Amino acid sequence: MEFSLSSEQEMIIDTVSSFVEQELYPHEDEVEKTNHIDASLAESIKQKAINLGLYATNMPVKYGGGGLDTLTLCLLEKELGKANFGLQYIVARPSNILMACKDEQIDKYLVPTIRGEKVDCLAMTEPNAGSDVRSMKCRAELDGEYFVINGSKHFISHADMADYVILFAASGVEETSRGAKKKITSFLVDMGTPGFSVETGYNSVSHRGYHNFILNFDNCRVHESQVLGEVDHGFDIANEWLGATRLSVAAMCLGRAERALQIATEWAATREQFGQTIGKFQGVSFKLADMSMELQAAELLTLRAAWNDSQGKMTNSDAAMAKLKATEMLAMVSDEAIQILGGMGLMDELPLERIWRDHRVERIWDGTSEIQRHIISRSLLRPFE
Amino acid sequence: MKIIIPIKRVLDPYTQARVNKQTQLVDLTNAKMAMNPFCEIAVEEALKIKESNAASETIAVSIGTEKTIDTLRTALAMGVDRAIFVKTDSELDLQPLHLGKILANIVKREEAQLVIMGKQAVDNDNNQTGQILSGLLDYSLGTFISKFQLSDDGKSVEVCREIDSGIETRQLNLPTIVTVDLRLNEPRYASLPNIMKARSKPLETIEISSFDIDISPRVKVISVEESGTKDRASKQVQSAEELFSELSQLGVL
Repeated sequence: MEFSLSSEQEMIIDTVSSFVEQELYPHEDEVEKTNHIDASLAESIKQKAINLGLYATNMPVKYGGGGLDTLTLCLLEKELGKANFGLQYIVARPSNILMACKDEQIDKYLVPTIRGEKVDCLAMTEPNAGSDVRSMKCRAELDGEYFVINGSKHFISHADMADYVILFAASGVEETSRGAKKKITSFLVDMGTPGFSVETGYNSVSHRGYHNFILNFDNCRVHESQVLGEVDHGFDIANEWLGATRLSVAAMCLGRAERALQIATEWAATREQFGQTIGKFQGVSFKLADMSMELQAAELLTLRAAWNDSQGKMTNSDAAMAKLKATEMLAMVSDEAIQILGGMGLMDELPLERIWRDHRVERIWDGTSEIQRHIISRSLLRPFE
Repeated sequence: MKIIIPIKRVLDPYTQARVNKQTQLVDLTNAKMAMNPFCEIAVEEALKIKESNAASETIAVSIGTEKTIDTLRTALAMGVDRAIFVKTDSELDLQPLHLGKILANIVKREEAQLVIMGKQAVDNDNNQTGQILSGLLDYSLGTFISKFQLSDDGKSVEVCREIDSGIETRQLNLPTIVTVDLRLNEPRYASLPNIMKARSKPLETIEISSFDIDISPRVKVISVEESGTKDRASKQVQSAEELFSELSQLGVL
């Protein structure tokens, strides 16, 4: 077993962490307070990221991306994850599913998205289709060369920044041994397509400065050349390309937990009560020990899953365990960090209250903790069926 | 014109130094190491000169054990063209005079006209290697540089030096050695594509024994002590006014 990082990986961590500390941290307070990122600030961060080669690092070099393997990408995600979510998202890692682009889609969507000329967003969730995503009601019906799309999507992240949406819609029903099952097709739909409108979503407790939207489709006609992947096989490309997103969530949680642990440790080492630093009280020091151990355990699970993915052998269970452990670890670490700081931990003078608020969505999106447990347990029990 | 940039691998200045009780030296076991911050500034300045087409090649040089290669790779990833690694078998107690002699050999071999280096390394704070190198090579010398301007004919440089009484401007004829101070520039980050390219750039390894230099120590470290983690005499103030009033009260103004 080899646990050390290459000198390239160490250098990438150095570059990204310097970038995060110098280009993102200084804007965090304002974004947290205003829940808004100024367009000119976003553009300047984006250009700096592009100049440093930090943009679209998950995409292949052949299309202009950074070409990082999954493990190195996780190391980068961990550093970016330390900053306010909206700010770090400007340093985009476009959805991997764009690798399913073919023919003219490559030059129209994939390449410009990697170059930062276009931004993608992904729409799967509906008010009545969350974890049970296949129950989606948004439908696409073939009419000559066009699909006619009707329905709506919600919780669609950063649709305000996006130039197009990767949309999943039900394109029919098939009979299976377990009953009727919806067939799903994925489409690339440009903003401004007639019949497609975007409305402001909900205010979330997590991720200030990064917004969700509601997408409405009313007889929106999309040409068949806009189908991503194959008709009726939208979930095939989702399964092929979206698994690694769970590792991104896990890796960002590692970064945030590291930041929370650092703040809590410095506090415990310097804050004095009853005539000594509070880190000398076992009640505080044991918390730090558990936080550090949980963080390392989550990191090992995440990096091992990432390493497996780099070798082309990551299982759904690997990714599920990493996402589940890392997100729940962050819940514990951010909560305990606040307990160590006491009242000050709740104030927005420090990033702790934000890390605590932000962790909540991580246990829900990209598959809830319960769905992850379902995936892990299914992989154990399936051989006995 | 070739530029040589001697660089040093040091304990990451953002980590807390600990003294090993047995060796009486700073404990470097498992410590995070980094390029000396003044060396980063030297690398940045050399890259700027190269980018202005005033230099033909930038060469980073470092002396140490195998791990020093990582620091040279960082310089290559920042954009330096090639690296020379002078290999020592173990953590030898190399002192500024030894380093000066090794570097003098390399500068002569490369026929470099310009040496840009940190004014000192943040580990031992010797602030001697540049000066000794200048003496050995009989090159002109500018220390504590905060501004650097190559003349149009490429035969001299105008430098500003940060000295106690203010800023001193001097002209140095090439070949010359400059040691750089904090305010000269802001070093760039290594970009991702450059990090990937660094491994394919030339890195030459030279055994220290091939120099025929007496490396026996001239200076002996008697003891190293940790500074207090908290300086209780220090006080943080919020504004210049508050600082002025505090200093006035202490009677130092």
